[in-house]
Amino acid sequence: MSHDSDHESVYDGLLGDGDSQWAFGTDFEDPLAGMDTTIPDGADAGALARYCLMLGDDALIYSHRLSEWASRAPDLEEDIALANIALDLLGQARLLLTRAAAADPALVPTLPDGSPVPPEDALAFFRAEGEFRNVRLVELGNGDFAVTIVRLLVFSTYRLALLQRLAASSDAILAAIAAKGVKELTYHRDYAARWFVTLALGTTESRERLLAALVVVWPYYRELSRTHPVEGRVATEGVGVDPATVADEVDALLGQVFAVGEVDRPAIAAIGPVSGGTGRDGRHTETMGLLLAEMQSVARAHPSGRW
Amino acid sequence: MTTVASVSAPPDNAPPDNVAAGNMAPDAVAADAVPPGTAPSGNMAADAAAPGNMAPDAAAPGNMAPDAAAPGNVAAGNVAPGNVAPDNARARAVAATVTDPELPMLTLADLGVLRDVAVNGGAVIVTITPTYLGCPAMATMRDDLVRRLRDSGYDDVRVQVSLSPAWSSDDITAHGRQVLAEHGISAPGPVRRADGPVELTLMPARRAIACPRCGAAEVELTSEFGPTACKALYRCTACLEPFEHVKEI
Repeated sequence: MSHDSDHESVYDGLLGDGDSQWAFGTDFEDPLAGMDTTIPDGADAGALARYCLMLGDDALIYSHRLSEWASRAPDLEEDIALANIALDLLGQARLLLTRAAAADPALVPTLPDGSPVPPEDALAFFRAEGEFRNVRLVELGNGDFAVTIVRLLVFSTYRLALLQRLAASSDAILAAIAAKGVKELTYHRDYAARWFVTLALGTTESRERLLAALVVVWPYYRELSRTHPVEGRVATEGVGVDPATVADEVDALLGQVFAVGEVDRPAIAAIGPVSGGTGRDGRHTETMGLLLAEMQSVARAHPSGRW
Repeated sequence: MTTVASVSAPPDNAPPDNVAAGNMAPDAVAADAVPPGTAPSGNMAADAAAPGNMAPDAAAPGNMAPDAAAPGNVAAGNVAPGNVAPDNARARAVAATVTDPELPMLTLADLGVLRDVAVNGGAVIVTITPTYLGCPAMATMRDDLVRRLRDSGYDDVRVQVSLSPAWSSDDITAHGRQVLAEHGISAPGPVRRADGPVELTLMPARRAIACPRCGAAEVELTSEFGPTACKALYRCTACLEPFEHVKEI
């Protein structure tokens, strides 16, 4: 057995049939291949699908933002760290969007006949801004490194607490994704918390940057634990988690990190809903359209593109 | 040809060989900021030494990961008894030679991602699990498995994914750990497990690891994130060489 026999030419397998040949998705055709996608008893398929979109969109949009640091981070180690975190979130997003599409195929945008785009990529690249269900926190621009760290601390603390409970979901796929995600997010949160304290107790400049970053991020914090009707429904049905139930735990943990960094909790009002809705309703900030334009434009220009 | 029964998990009271080095020192727990309800620091050494935490080291080199020998892997039902075991074992032996694209010194079996190989009628159904959800190597693993099994005469090969239980670095076999070390990569210590909220560690996890090149214990963490999702970066302060450490997860 030699490894080379598997890779005689780097071009082997690039040209061929199958869904894996779409120009923008060369991974597993079906990331849930062989898994039972039956809807659990007592759960509504449409609500489950929409809930998966919410969690999947949080991960997808935030992954895209973090990936913008590639080649631009303060040093090589942070560059690699942020790219790794982005990759972990992209993996979570892919499975969650696949789960959404399997639970309710009607959510998936229609593409030209013969398009090789798999359902999760259709959801990522061919939905309009108003159809994205992510919280607004994750779409904000990266700002400087301090803004990036504060947002990562807030987001990973919230998502870790949420996924820990979601690991008990009656939907076996959602439970498995959550259990796996907990392991990954533990590293993300540790990374963010260490940098938070380092910046807070570092130089005068780093502390000033950190305090300024808190002012940018904090208005979007409360939206994380605001219960959307879909979240309330899936929580009642046992497949999802009401984010309000993790609010105290998240708040306590953030308070402990703030205390170590000798930082006061910001006294800044939360941003309110827009026309009665938030990110979970598809109401986003101005920056979201720009993000999507960059993320989606190539795929939209070549919906049938193949290698 | 190996038989399925040749590999089994050690009994619960088996000596936890790999724990002997105390890979995670008790002071790795950051005491400053732990969420409410978290177990107090200092209980980790006990956790790490708990029987059953470690990857079973019973597997002989080249053998399958213990999962593959678990009951239920044999696709029972459609195939007449008697045919099943030898054919399963042969397909399994072939699949067990496929290596990981990013750790090419390691087989998928040694890495613990090859969950099951079952022959069902004319088809071989291989089950793998990702190390990380974003693992970009899954398609390459699938293609390599399909190609290797086709070369061995199995025309109908299906590769499917299992997400539960989630892959753990504890699933790397003892042989896999040895091979990693021989290739200059530091193997993971035992995974800490605890109930309740996940602890926040404000200090870098202090792993009692040695430089895989010179053996010195004086190493420093460069970054918890490395060239692949599953590795951290270290530097040996004795021989000054950098090296990679497979993260505990």
